[in-house]
Amino acid sequence: MFSLELLFEAALFGVLLGCFYAAVSLGLSVAFGLLDVPYVAHPALLVMGSYATYLISSLGIDPLLSGLLLMPIFFLLGMGLYRFYYETFEKRGSDAGVRGLGFFFGIAFIIEVALILVFGVDQRTVRAGYIGSSLEIGDYRFPYRMLMAFAVALLLTLVLTIYFSKTFNGRAIKAVGQDESALRLMGANPVKIKQLAFGIATAVNALAGALLIIVGPVEPAMDRIYIGRTFCVVVLAGLGSMSGTLVAGLILGVVESVVLMTLGASWAPAVSFGLLLVMLGLRPQGLFGR
Amino acid sequence: MKFWIICLALVLGSLGLSLSGINEYVFFAGFVILQFVVLATAWNILGGYAGYVNFGVPAFVAVGGYTAVVLFKSIQAPILVQILGGGILAGVLGLAVGLLTLKLRGIFFSIATVAVVFILETVVMNWRYVGGATGLQLTRPADLAFFDSYTRMLFFVMAVLAIGSVIIARYIQNSFLGRGLRAVRDSEEAAECSGVPTLRIKLIACVVSGALMGVAGAPMPMYLSYIEPTATFNLSYSISALAMPIIGGTSHWMGPVIGALLLGTLQQIVTVTVSNELNVLVVGLLLVFFVVAAPDGVLGLVKKWKQSSK
Repeated sequence: MFSLELLFEAALFGVLLGCFYAAVSLGLSVAFGLLDVPYVAHPALLVMGSYATYLISSLGIDPLLSGLLLMPIFFLLGMGLYRFYYETFEKRGSDAGVRGLGFFFGIAFIIEVALILVFGVDQRTVRAGYIGSSLEIGDYRFPYRMLMAFAVALLLTLVLTIYFSKTFNGRAIKAVGQDESALRLMGANPVKIKQLAFGIATAVNALAGALLIIVGPVEPAMDRIYIGRTFCVVVLAGLGSMSGTLVAGLILGVVESVVLMTLGASWAPAVSFGLLLVMLGLRPQGLFGR
Repeated sequence: MKFWIICLALVLGSLGLSLSGINEYVFFAGFVILQFVVLATAWNILGGYAGYVNFGVPAFVAVGGYTAVVLFKSIQAPILVQILGGGILAGVLGLAVGLLTLKLRGIFFSIATVAVVFILETVVMNWRYVGGATGLQLTRPADLAFFDSYTRMLFFVMAVLAIGSVIIARYIQNSFLGRGLRAVRDSEEAAECSGVPTLRIKLIACVVSGALMGVAGAPMPMYLSYIEPTATFNLSYSISALAMPIIGGTSHWMGPVIGALLLGTLQQIVTVTVSNELNVLVVGLLLVFFVVAAPDGVLGLVKKWKQSSK
């Protein structure tokens, strides 16, 4: 049962899965990696994005397009959320750690339960031409939905990498992650820059949410397992590196896929969390960290 | 002195209550509320005093519970041995998580504790001896000492555990440990520079906090006559154990007790009258409300009210 060919197939599928994991982690990479906000509500917002996509696409709109349509709304939501976080915690300073974490943990639970109360605990799916069929090359089959996630993830990473290295605002976001007071001395307002970055992070999460429901059925409690996957990818990448996020996602995807193939599906949930613990123990600054 | 008299009175009171003839349901619900007193108090030792947020409460509860199950299934150990065993193993887990992440920033500790929940859940799911994913039915032993029912005895045991954990939390708060932990919370660098052995006291707090959570979880299988991974490893434990001290007030040992009694009772009412989902929603909303509007909890509000009325 343990053949090299199977292993190769698992690795190939892992690459597709890994790109998808990178896509769902990009927002966290900005919010937690660059801005240092303990954004544990990220996976809950991801699932919320999936349900919003479900609602819009039930009108007959393509799920990916629905995700794009949601981005401006999520952008404003993210800006509002950061503003609120800043005013209530960062500005007051003392003991922001415990209360900030409690705040986002509470938000995550509120979103999860609200989704259960509105949609019930049943799994939801979306329909589109590319969901359900696969591309066959020789003996290998690639589901189009995974290829779609793969392509969007690559594109997102590319766009964000260019944005952070070439544009003024993007560079300012990187700068605020490195040294906030220095940025203030340069005459830029760090709060505004962070607000913008948080908006971008949340907007990216809307598109990632659309990918999540394209890749498979979604249920409200799904955010719990994605705490592991997203934080694993971000820590593995070294906080705040976009291309690192892509590589880390690939590593997680391949490892998870190989474990799934060799040990069975019941062990899969532990992979991301286990990898996360190993990283925290051995190299907390991540693979590409300074 | 006054504190010890109250403790003794509470122990005797709960003993009297569990021997009296009132409705069985009181003990069934009371057990859960008292369990939350232990969990909230345990959480606060690390979260409230030192500022390290444990999201992985169900992991420690489950280590207690599953240790109890293994001890019961293999050697028919009595409930007190189960509790002791659960506490020790959960303390060891606390030490392991602490050693791994307490050198890092607080959020990494929090994330690591979530990770432990899912890893242990996966292990238990694949562990046949304790029932795997389907769970395990347990037959309670007949041994009741002089109590009318097993639930009544467990209520009394949990009452003693709750009082015991409050005594421990109070001792820690007033000893060099508590002062050191508060220094860590306010500024870790400053504490280290002033000669506080920060890592060591954080580890001690982590072990004590974890062990108490294990102790709280150990009687669970006997209480339900059943154990099952999905419910045992439910993150709802985390949000309750975190919300209760924050709602009560994290700086004093009384805070978690007040929070657990208030929120625990409210949870029982909401769960029975409406639904369990709404119960989690209420906890989440109250938590967010308190961290935003009343960061020092009920204790802070009372203090403010006393000052303004003077």
